[in-house]
Amino acid sequence: MAEKKSLGKEFTKGLIAENPVFRLVLGTCPTLATTTSVVNALGMGISAMIVLVCSNIVISLLRKVIPSKVRIPAYIVVIASFVTIVQMIVKAFVPALDAALGVFLPLIVVNCIILGRAEAFAGKNSVIASAVDGLGMGVGFTIALCLMASVREVLGAGTFLAGAQNLLVLFGDNVLNGFNGFTLPWTEYLTPMTVFILAPGGFLTFGLLMACANKLAEKKGKPKAGLGGCQACPMAKNCALLAEGKECKTEEKKEEAAV
Amino acid sequence: MVDGKKLVVSASPHLRAKDTTTRIMLDVIIALLPALGAAIAIFGPRVLAVTATTVITAVLSEYVARKVMKRHNTIGDLSAVVTGLILAFNLPVSIPLWMAAIGSCVAIIIVKQMFGGIGQNFANPAIVARIFLLISFGTAMTGWTAPLSWKTDAVSTATPLAIVGGESAEALPSLLDMFLGIRGGCIGETCSLALIIGGIYLIARKVISPKIPLAYIGTVAVVMLIAGKFDLEFVAYQLMGGGLLLGAFFMATDYSTSPIKSNAKIVFGIGCGLLTCVIRLFASLPEGVSFAILIMNLLVPHIETIMAPKPFGTVKEKKSKAKEAEAK
Repeated sequence: MAEKKSLGKEFTKGLIAENPVFRLVLGTCPTLATTTSVVNALGMGISAMIVLVCSNIVISLLRKVIPSKVRIPAYIVVIASFVTIVQMIVKAFVPALDAALGVFLPLIVVNCIILGRAEAFAGKNSVIASAVDGLGMGVGFTIALCLMASVREVLGAGTFLAGAQNLLVLFGDNVLNGFNGFTLPWTEYLTPMTVFILAPGGFLTFGLLMACANKLAEKKGKPKAGLGGCQACPMAKNCALLAEGKECKTEEKKEEAAV
Repeated sequence: MVDGKKLVVSASPHLRAKDTTTRIMLDVIIALLPALGAAIAIFGPRVLAVTATTVITAVLSEYVARKVMKRHNTIGDLSAVVTGLILAFNLPVSIPLWMAAIGSCVAIIIVKQMFGGIGQNFANPAIVARIFLLISFGTAMTGWTAPLSWKTDAVSTATPLAIVGGESAEALPSLLDMFLGIRGGCIGETCSLALIIGGIYLIARKVISPKIPLAYIGTVAVVMLIAGKFDLEFVAYQLMGGGLLLGAFFMATDYSTSPIKSNAKIVFGIGCGLLTCVIRLFASLPEGVSFAILIMNLLVPHIETIMAPKPFGTVKEKKSKAKEAEAK
């Protein structure tokens, strides 16, 4: 078990220091696919956060019951149940969001952030700490998605929060006087750069934002995200092997350590 | 005879060539000038405005990027000027100037400086910028102005490749017009004559080796000859239409994004040619030179590895035999 931390720290570490997208580089597939508009990103982030918190709680509760050899299938079953619930709710109450997110909503089941937190945190820590950790990671994920989506939507479509009613429909019809996003004033003169809405622009934005995150981390004397030995691993704090002063060379050894 | 001594002991190298990055880039700029002159004659003075925008933005972004990243200043090597010039050659003359400026920023900051500056970029900056602009501003990037129409009213037209490909019903320009560049297209790609002069100058000055351009153009010629059922006119339009000559002489030969080994250069050229033909014949775009070169840019390290020469005197060991020997 990792050293004890205050609950506040468990929450805030997911926001910046161990931000799942920019620092741990997890869940990149939904990050690239659903950040074409801020509303989609928000919907994706919140759905993932709900699943993350619920699955973290249940897995933490069951952590002493689940045999370690079959823990991954067990985690997947728990996560899949919550994803199904969330998917049904989204389908029923915010159908436009369901249509926009498409296959990426059911794909939360195999989202590395959720499985990663189950494996790295919830399987070893108390229920409350796990719930807080899930919430922090979920908020961090949502913030990262919204950050990327803002850049992509503003540059690529010339709008901000377009299709807000898709989400606001949760609170009834015509909330906020039917507010449906801003169209940025300069789109009259300047054509938006479509490339940012497409996949190449997604990778570009991701790379540039990650470079900024690395720069910030470097200033604070923290390791860069990316490949570079165990000490550089952002998960180093939770790593059982590293705590013993060893390094994991291969995936198998990592597995052994976790067992 | 330093200080009157007859013998001077010094470490090698003793002979240094006078080639510097600046001189090579200057040669490339000189080689591009005929095409620039032809473009001004064909498309009018707006060519100068577009070119000036891309060149100035390229140099400025290089300067700012190096300053921000706290690296030494490299605008003196003229590579940014070359990138700006080639990018301008890849744009239609009617493009809004701010779009051209964005293209230059993408080329220099994202493609070149983010990866470490000159010699470190894995893809040709001008090509990525062109594709970036093409995807972003599809309409502005495919609005072609008719040649020689700048004196009166700018008339829109289609490129010869679009006409050959059956996407436009306009009349084809004659082969002589094609050779002289009097056709619709990007600023610097139309005048085959000027591009060939520039290419020969570069080869004569030994700035580029003729292997990549010849392999590239040759492959396109052969494939198009077969695809066009041995219709020589079709081949001529394919060779002089689009950006093939510009790409083959000036973009595919970029040092940091093309192979070093001589066999690999030929493979690289053939690959560019095949991809260009595939895109021109089967894809939804009439032109594929920029995409072909970009894809081959990405494959360069692998081509180099596969084509690695056998060091003299070594015997290639077969893997299975080596394993058997180990087992014994």
